[in-house]
Amino acid sequence: MVELQAEPLNLEALQNGDPNEQTRLVELYSDCIYRLALKMLANTHDAEDVLQETFIKALKALPNFEGRSSLSTWLYRIAINESLMLLRKRKLEVAIQEDDFVDGENEDSIEAYQLLDWCCLPEDVFMTNETRAELDRQIQKLPENLRTVFILRDIEALSIKETAETLELSETNVKTRLFRARLKLREELSTYFAEFIEENTNGKK
Amino acid sequence: MEKNKNHCEELITSISEYVDGSINPQLCLELEKHLSECDNCRVVVNTLKKTIDIYRQQSAREKMPSDVKNRLLARLHLEDYRE
Repeated sequence: MVELQAEPLNLEALQNGDPNEQTRLVELYSDCIYRLALKMLANTHDAEDVLQETFIKALKALPNFEGRSSLSTWLYRIAINESLMLLRKRKLEVAIQEDDFVDGENEDSIEAYQLLDWCCLPEDVFMTNETRAELDRQIQKLPENLRTVFILRDIEALSIKETAETLELSETNVKTRLFRARLKLREELSTYFAEFIEENTNGKK
Repeated sequence: MEKNKNHCEELITSISEYVDGSINPQLCLELEKHLSECDNCRVVVNTLKKTIDIYRQQSAREKMPSDVKNRLLARLHLEDYRE
């Protein structure tokens, strides 16, 4: 999460609709909100919609904001809800097209582990566009309930407590989901890097 | 051997809290002792940490395109208030 570098936002000015302060709010949080939406939806057009809706709703609702959570947590919550609404809409569309569309949220066990140690790969391998595309693909494969927790906690770096507040879950619940999300992603990346290592060693022969 | 496998399964549920540094001290000691003896669990812990690291690093480099921000400010009627 972005820490306020300059002056903290003036809540009273925000609630009175001061456009300078509103602009500062946008400058501070729009990057995070856009990134969150993009991770949730994997589509730049939808992410932009969510970004705009989030700030429109936030500015409208600010006079009633009671400060029980932080502004950022509050914004994240609006953005998550907007994203989930879009996802539901998409699913409905898919369901209409394919009658027997089944969501793959099966409770899989945590037994089979990939045990390749790929940590020792050169750092630049992790920073390529190919790797990034793979990371995005794997986030999309997570069930929504795990995806939201992983994005807030591990990408946006909210604390467990803030993540729980944002999603209105218990901290225990957040921890459980986080564990499952991380383990799933680790598993998938292990498969990915195992193939990568194999391809590259074959190529060198 | 079988006993050891169960021990791994039992401890593995704590590795998420372990990498966050929020594990309780008693369990932490037990897990670290186990990690010093079990190569497999060590790999799982290291690659789990690395997974989180890569996601954080890659995401930190992602910036919102400036035209997206311009359109947002315009939609909010704030385009004239940028510093």
